Amino acid sequence: MDFGVIFNNTGNALLNAEALYLALAAIGLNVHFGYTGLLNFGQVGFLAVAAYGLGVGVTYLGLGFFPSILLGLALAVLLALLLGIPTLRLRADYLAIVTIASSEVIRLVARSAALRDVTGGSSGLTGFANGFYSMNPLSDGRYGFGPFVYNENRAFLLLVGWTLVVLSSLLVFMLMRSPWGRVLKAIREDEDAVRSLGKNVVGYKMQSLVLGGVLGALGGFVFAIANSSIQPDNYGTLLTFYAYTALILGGTARIFGPVVGSIVFIGLFVFLENFLVQAIRAGFIPETIMNSNQVGIVRGILVGAGLMLLMIYRPQGIFGDKKELALDAR
Amino acid sequence: MPADLSKDEPVTSVRAAAAALADVEPRPGVPKPDPILIADGVARRFGGLTAVEVDHLEVQRGVITALIGPNGAGKTTFFNLLTGFDRPNAGSWSFEGKDLGGVPAHKVARRGMVRTFQLTKALSKLTVLDNMRLGATGQKGENFFRALVPSTWTGQQRQIDERAHDLLRRFKLDSKVDDFAGSLSGGQRKLLEMARALMVEPAMVMLDEPMAGVNPALTQSLLGHVKDLRTQGMTVLFVEHDMDMVRDISDWVVVMAQGKIVAEGPPDVVMADPAVIDAYLGAHHDSELGTGVEQEVIAEAEAELDAAARDRGDA
Repeated sequence: MDFGVIFNNTGNALLNAEALYLALAAIGLNVHFGYTGLLNFGQVGFLAVAAYGLGVGVTYLGLGFFPSILLGLALAVLLALLLGIPTLRLRADYLAIVTIASSEVIRLVARSAALRDVTGGSSGLTGFANGFYSMNPLSDGRYGFGPFVYNENRAFLLLVGWTLVVLSSLLVFMLMRSPWGRVLKAIREDEDAVRSLGKNVVGYKMQSLVLGGVLGALGGFVFAIANSSIQPDNYGTLLTFYAYTALILGGTARIFGPVVGSIVFIGLFVFLENFLVQAIRAGFIPETIMNSNQVGIVRGILVGAGLMLLMIYRPQGIFGDKKELALDAR
Repeated sequence: MPADLSKDEPVTSVRAAAAALADVEPRPGVPKPDPILIADGVARRFGGLTAVEVDHLEVQRGVITALIGPNGAGKTTFFNLLTGFDRPNAGSWSFEGKDLGGVPAHKVARRGMVRTFQLTKALSKLTVLDNMRLGATGQKGENFFRALVPSTWTGQQRQIDERAHDLLRRFKLDSKVDDFAGSLSGGQRKLLEMARALMVEPAMVMLDEPMAGVNPALTQSLLGHVKDLRTQGMTVLFVEHDMDMVRDISDWVVVMAQGKIVAEGPPDVVMADPAVIDAYLGAHHDSELGTGVEQEVIAEAEAELDAAARDRGDA
């Protein structure tokens, strides 16, 4: 059993693109769910419109890289407004229904045959990431240390991406210690009370939805650029639930919750996969129990069981405060 | 400061309040010399049920007015309508001479009419101080962009904090400043909610059952705080079931039954009013059993339906 491979692969994944875009998606979700109490089950929709804004902007509209990024951000803002206008006046569960449905609508529209010329239909888009990689100041080669070694393009993406994570976290930190953030947190606790104190609750919820959506959109750009392609079926509801898992694992309404949660979540996934593969290869797990084709499924089962244990023994997540959580159960 | 207030000033303010209403005839919908709130033809229906149908009501400025009535009389619904938390099917009402019909709840609060809730709404995971800060209006840092530049709002925040600390001292919550509001007792939450409402600097405070679920030891202190509001020139309209409290602190009492105002007047006059006794005990409470039982049963069933409709409306 080669523990070197296991730890190397796991370490490599901790800072790699998957953890990165999941962290950005979860930071946005933290603004929605953690701070404002908005039950957004369609965070992946924001990633999708951003990715397609970039992809369609470059390949179909012939815009440059940065104008296409702006197009993606504009689409994310538009999506937030479209979702918010009809639902933010209603109870929280309506937003959940509308967002989960709309994220599926976005995916299904993007993969429809009728839009093959624009979005590439079910095969998606490629050839839009060159604008990003052409800005790479790093020369060819491998960068990093220990298990964290990446080629020049990946290293460039990770540098830019993790900088975005730091800036986003800083933005959220500054906002949440301001009176603006106080209103959001109060809305999470009881919006009627906030309304009775003269605050425009719908307006604040809308701002929260837009902010979290735009942060999620950054994750969409990273996702698309890291793969150098946009596959519509990568933008299914699973990604939203992964982001929720990462957020709750790290601790909701905590600045580092979504970031560390994403890293730990992805790390756990990759570690279990590598561990199982190595254990089967070394004969520690006999073929009669599982073979290497079943690693993906067993990994999912183990991660699920682990999350259940987390919810039972540490429901507040890594950074959460148990006393604070207990206030809910009055 | 509160000690001084309770020594001499309340006496004069009680006298002033009593004097202002001395010549007002105790009948439903009577005009007042200096009304702060005037409601006309306000009606709210839930399907076929009429929860509120108030022809005319004036609330005198600077006095404590109690709104009483049996369960399901439409008191809370009427509160919700006046404060913009619910929309009526008909009617208009004005506050300080300005029309309030169709104005959303947060703008009603900004105009100086602030309410509390029957089920206390402390913001559990915010500290007591943050609860108080939230009440202050016109905060620069509540704008998204200015929030990012702390220098634009820290000065204002310091003034707000000072005001919050003063109020918390008055309400004897100053030792709890940094505790989560969710860790307070039921009575302390009531106090916090009232103090927080005062941070808005309202002209009129609407209290929905301020004494519900408060232990008797705290009742006296809460009563004192409500009287203080009058001393400071605020108008108070409150819903209450506790008749002793109503008799103790209110200058004027409005009685609702089945959505309508059936009586109003000074507490002692209203408590003796046959219409009020009927509303609470049924019209035939003193007649022989057998004669009015049928009507009583019908009235009871109707009240229950009212309550059920209200619950549905609230949900």
